[in-house]
Amino acid sequence: MYEKDGEKYFIVDTHMHYWNAAPDNWVPGAEQYAKGWIECFHAYQSLGPQETHWPIEKFQKYSEDDLMKDVFEDGHVDVAIFQPTYLKEWYKEGFNTTERNAALGEKHPGMFIANTRFDPRDGDNGLDELRRNVERYGSKGVKLYTAEWNNGSRGYKLSDPAAYRFLEKAQELGIKNIHVHKGPTIWPLDKDAFDVSDIDHCATDFPELNFIVEHVGLPRIEDFCFMATQEPNVYAGLSVVIGGLMHARPKFFAKVMGELLFWVGEDKMTFGSDYGIWEPKWQVEGFVDWQMPDDEELSDYQKLTTATKKKILGLNAAKLYDITVPAEFMVPAQAGEPAAKDDAQLVAGQ
Amino acid sequence: MRGDVLTALATVRDPELDEPITTLGFVASCTVTADGQAQVRLRLPTYFCAPNFAFLMVADAYDAVSAVPGVRTAEVILDDHFASDAINQGVAAQAGFVQSFDGEAVAELGDLRAQFLRKAVMAGTDLVCRPLIAAGVTPTELAALPLGAVPASPELERLRRRRAELGLAADDCAPLLIDPSTGERVDGEAVPLHLRRARVTRAGIEANTSMCSGMLQHRYSAPIG
Repeated sequence: MYEKDGEKYFIVDTHMHYWNAAPDNWVPGAEQYAKGWIECFHAYQSLGPQETHWPIEKFQKYSEDDLMKDVFEDGHVDVAIFQPTYLKEWYKEGFNTTERNAALGEKHPGMFIANTRFDPRDGDNGLDELRRNVERYGSKGVKLYTAEWNNGSRGYKLSDPAAYRFLEKAQELGIKNIHVHKGPTIWPLDKDAFDVSDIDHCATDFPELNFIVEHVGLPRIEDFCFMATQEPNVYAGLSVVIGGLMHARPKFFAKVMGELLFWVGEDKMTFGSDYGIWEPKWQVEGFVDWQMPDDEELSDYQKLTTATKKKILGLNAAKLYDITVPAEFMVPAQAGEPAAKDDAQLVAGQ
Repeated sequence: MRGDVLTALATVRDPELDEPITTLGFVASCTVTADGQAQVRLRLPTYFCAPNFAFLMVADAYDAVSAVPGVRTAEVILDDHFASDAINQGVAAQAGFVQSFDGEAVAELGDLRAQFLRKAVMAGTDLVCRPLIAAGVTPTELAALPLGAVPASPELERLRRRRAELGLAADDCAPLLIDPSTGERVDGEAVPLHLRRARVTRAGIEANTSMCSGMLQHRYSAPIG
């Protein structure tokens, strides 16, 4: 939890990792990809404050102690949600698997939620693996990479029949939250991997599931925003948005936040640090201190209330994951409406 | 002649960011020998920048440099990218994208380029409309404006060029507000939403450009314009 100016914030980090990208985990013959991938991540870290940058050696493989200190002790996080990334073609044991995450989580009861993943192209074996992971680790969410390569296939759409089979199974197993990576990507080469239209279909056909679009479809936030505004169960995952823009590019951060608040709304935006890319401490503290600047160019974007920040930093995600939040962190009813919207409603009601 | 080659390179844009590769810092070096052998090296913010866009930039740079009077041979090399070899060899052989990535790509990139041009038109619409709105022009008045009635500006010229590239009307009589997919005039109730979409499109492109430049700086410790 984080406390500032008498306000208490319950922090849920909905998107973080515990990876091993050190040379001992590189697949022979694929070293350049394994090395290139982690260096690419490291470049993202450079967009955070200088004093939070790590040397590449630590970045390739941080320890359990690093994570517990950075995320919980210093980072103010109450509950952290692991999102796995496999990449087994490059990393021998995978980059950041459900198993690796859960093994750490099991040592610290109540602090982590271990999400798992699936790939519709894995067929019946994939369905079995999904069931085993949910039963073993109690996963309530999955992280999906629709652009990932698999046996010659260059990505898939979440609206494919094979994907629907997995979504049905996931729902049956008790999964509630589908985190989909729609953001910076590599493969497939020629398809539009950022395209979010598949989410549009799934969100309509699976109204009981929540679809959290991680990285808000960057660089295509307009497509995401336009889709999200029409689907009540589509959320904006702010991983990369806060980490990549708030410090390095404050003006563009303001614009992106202004757009997301307008199109998606403060009840459907969730904080994710993307640790180990960025530490949560500066992101949480900076976001609590942040306000839409008094700039002419930004004048019709809404200001943030304390309630807005509480929801984004934890309360929205707590609802998605049925996390019990003590009353002292909650937002009083009606307090979340920014003044401008109240005025608009008054006018409309006249 | 090197100056001419650099001028030619300035016409090549990152299709996604809609900025010249020269101002983005993607041109690492450019040399031209006295007998007209041009060599250009390009670099990108990360090892894993999208290969389809990378291919377009290398191919466009090759075409632009080759067309400079006095250039006898042109070589464009993309450095430090996971697909450098495939792209460099494909462009040098003047093979298309599909052939350069044998078995890994199923379509040429024309549609992708057009899709991003449409985004550039939307973002450009916001750039042109914003000062007008600030000066008190209403959405209804904007919808009635032909391009010829908009005060001249570099942003307006750029918008006209992007529209022309897509085959959309860009003359003085053409309406300022059009749907970039159909070319049809936007008016009536559709105007406020159209302007909002234009604005969020611009915000997305700008945010992305800003992150790319930050990562390029990290990677090459390069001063970024």
